[in-house]
Amino acid sequence: MRVGLFVPCYVDQFYPQVAIATLQLLEKLGCEVVFPTRQTCCGQPMANSGYEHLTGDCNELFVDNFKEFDYIVCPSGSCTLHIKDHLHAQDEGGAQHIRKRIYELTEFITDVLKQPIKATFPHRVGMHQSCHGQRGLHISQMSELVAAPFSKPESLLQQVSGLELVTLDRKDECCGFGGTFCVFEEAVSVKMGKDRVSDHVKHGVEYITGADMSCLMHLEGILKRQNSPVRVKHIAEILNAE
Amino acid sequence: MHSDKTHSELAEKFNIDEPRVNWHDETLWWIRQKRDKAVWQLPEWESLREAASQIKHNVLAHLSEYLEAFERNAIANGITVHWAADAKEHNEIVYSLLQKHGITQMVKSKSMLTEECHLNDYLAEHGVEVIDTDLGERIVQLAKEPPSHIVLPCIHWKKEEIGELFHKYLGTPEGNADPQFLTHAARLHLREKFLTRKLALTGVNFAIAETGEFVVCTNEGNADMGAHLADVHIASMGIEKLIPKREHLGIFLRLLTRSATGQPITTYSSHFKQPRKGQEMHIVLVDNGRSVQLGREAFRNSLKCIRCGACMNTCPVYRRSGGHSYHTAVAGPIGSILAPNLDMKQYADLPFASTLCGSCSNVCPVKIDIHDQLYKWRQVLVQDGYTPKAKTLAMKAMATTLSKPGMYKSAGKVGRWMIRKVPGLVNNKLNPWYKQREMPEAPKQSFREWYAQNKKK
Repeated sequence: MRVGLFVPCYVDQFYPQVAIATLQLLEKLGCEVVFPTRQTCCGQPMANSGYEHLTGDCNELFVDNFKEFDYIVCPSGSCTLHIKDHLHAQDEGGAQHIRKRIYELTEFITDVLKQPIKATFPHRVGMHQSCHGQRGLHISQMSELVAAPFSKPESLLQQVSGLELVTLDRKDECCGFGGTFCVFEEAVSVKMGKDRVSDHVKHGVEYITGADMSCLMHLEGILKRQNSPVRVKHIAEILNAE
Repeated sequence: MHSDKTHSELAEKFNIDEPRVNWHDETLWWIRQKRDKAVWQLPEWESLREAASQIKHNVLAHLSEYLEAFERNAIANGITVHWAADAKEHNEIVYSLLQKHGITQMVKSKSMLTEECHLNDYLAEHGVEVIDTDLGERIVQLAKEPPSHIVLPCIHWKKEEIGELFHKYLGTPEGNADPQFLTHAARLHLREKFLTRKLALTGVNFAIAETGEFVVCTNEGNADMGAHLADVHIASMGIEKLIPKREHLGIFLRLLTRSATGQPITTYSSHFKQPRKGQEMHIVLVDNGRSVQLGREAFRNSLKCIRCGACMNTCPVYRRSGGHSYHTAVAGPIGSILAPNLDMKQYADLPFASTLCGSCSNVCPVKIDIHDQLYKWRQVLVQDGYTPKAKTLAMKAMATTLSKPGMYKSAGKVGRWMIRKVPGLVNNKLNPWYKQREMPEAPKQSFREWYAQNKKK
């Protein structure tokens, strides 16, 4: 199985350890993983700001980079959702193949690989449900719906030896990152982030994890400003921890 | 409620008092939790939502036929039906009825449509005194403010502040903030108005095409008090308030209040079908942009809204910015997809006042794809030129960089180097991220550089 590793641009630039962990984890689980080096960004920063019409070149590039793979896997629910919903290109067949075959990391492990996780992370951890993964890709059940609960990322975390997963007061409230929302609506964005952080802190977590580094980057910025000892860690890093 | 300030500016002001933001957030979250408890009592909840959504879909697809049927049946019941193309016409119709009867004082129960039409201001200019009889609306009216929430108009007011307001206007003892006492004072104050006013205006929650009747839902019975005591009853309704048959009402009544407040049903679900002897009953059917929205395919579903307010209670942005930050009659997520239809320039900021988290669409009892429509409004507003030029330039530069792998790679490398060497370039007041958050650390090596070194064959 050839897997194309799609690394979100800000992860590539600011959180290389998350991409390394994703790569190692997928290899451990038996995938042949390739990182197409001409990849850049899914185009979501422009599209969510109302400039989807400027994402044509990004789309073409994306299709060129990823159309040949059996699966495309990304350690971000948000970027995956954007591709699933909005990728179109001159090679529409290629685009369609990608839209069908792109997976967020935890759903790929759960639904395609279906393999147990062997990892150790002896810490108290809070799971941040990022909205696009949860409500967009449906990797976890949503608290608004009258429907049976499940969570793909939490099921994986529960297999990690030593890991203690806390229950939050608000299990799926948005952190307030929201792409360019985080700067154009700075006051509300920060307040939402502070409230998320305090829910985790209140429950005594050592780490906040999640399937989207963008939310975690926002929460990390707030934790650091508060001089908090609580750290953020992408779920790939935990699932890859030995 | 026009404002020169944008949602983000008004929200920033709201956030100066952080304990109050916490209180506002927790109050509304408590209502969201009440809603959750109520809907989990009904195993058929999701199918009820689907049924309501489909019924409204049918209504919107055949709106003109249902409107004509409703008019025909209402007239046969003895109701006078008026058509208003816009807010101005609506207000003029109401005023002409007041003039016809020589009435200068009236009572009004909750109607967000009259807020949308700015009826109170219009009538005040024409020398008519309007008393809002919904308790929450009366409170904000005394405070000379618009409602901040469509179901809970004074949710941003604390009981102590209401005590002070009542002391000033209703003569209650200073320092008394006991809700039961204050409610009793309001009851006495309003009772006198009900008994003396000759004209009552109500809103309409549901209008039934096959019978020509309409239903008004209140918890306080104030619509009934007004309508039953007045010689003239005017009901103002948006043209989207229709449902085809009486048998559909059960679905909507079960959804409405569970979504709104977590109650199984409103205390009063009052059916009005014909005027009583000697009474005049009027219905004003108001378009005010609705038929334009009906023509916008991507946004048509927004007209399914039954005004429960669940999207506001669940919205993490609304809870932390307050209803007034939306500077429009209907605030929150639903308001943000309705308002740009009325005035794109004035409300260009609202579709951006969201993280697109999607919680609103999940609580919506008629399954409006609210967060998808917010995304779509952003595209429309940009295409039609309602975004700042600087933002457009920045986005173009970003799109160019991200579509050229070489340029992206060097921009990233240079950017990270600068953050490491000259942190002041980003860690300064001009960077909104840095104001209350630390920047992420800039590593020496990007993933792609690591990959080239360690993995690439």
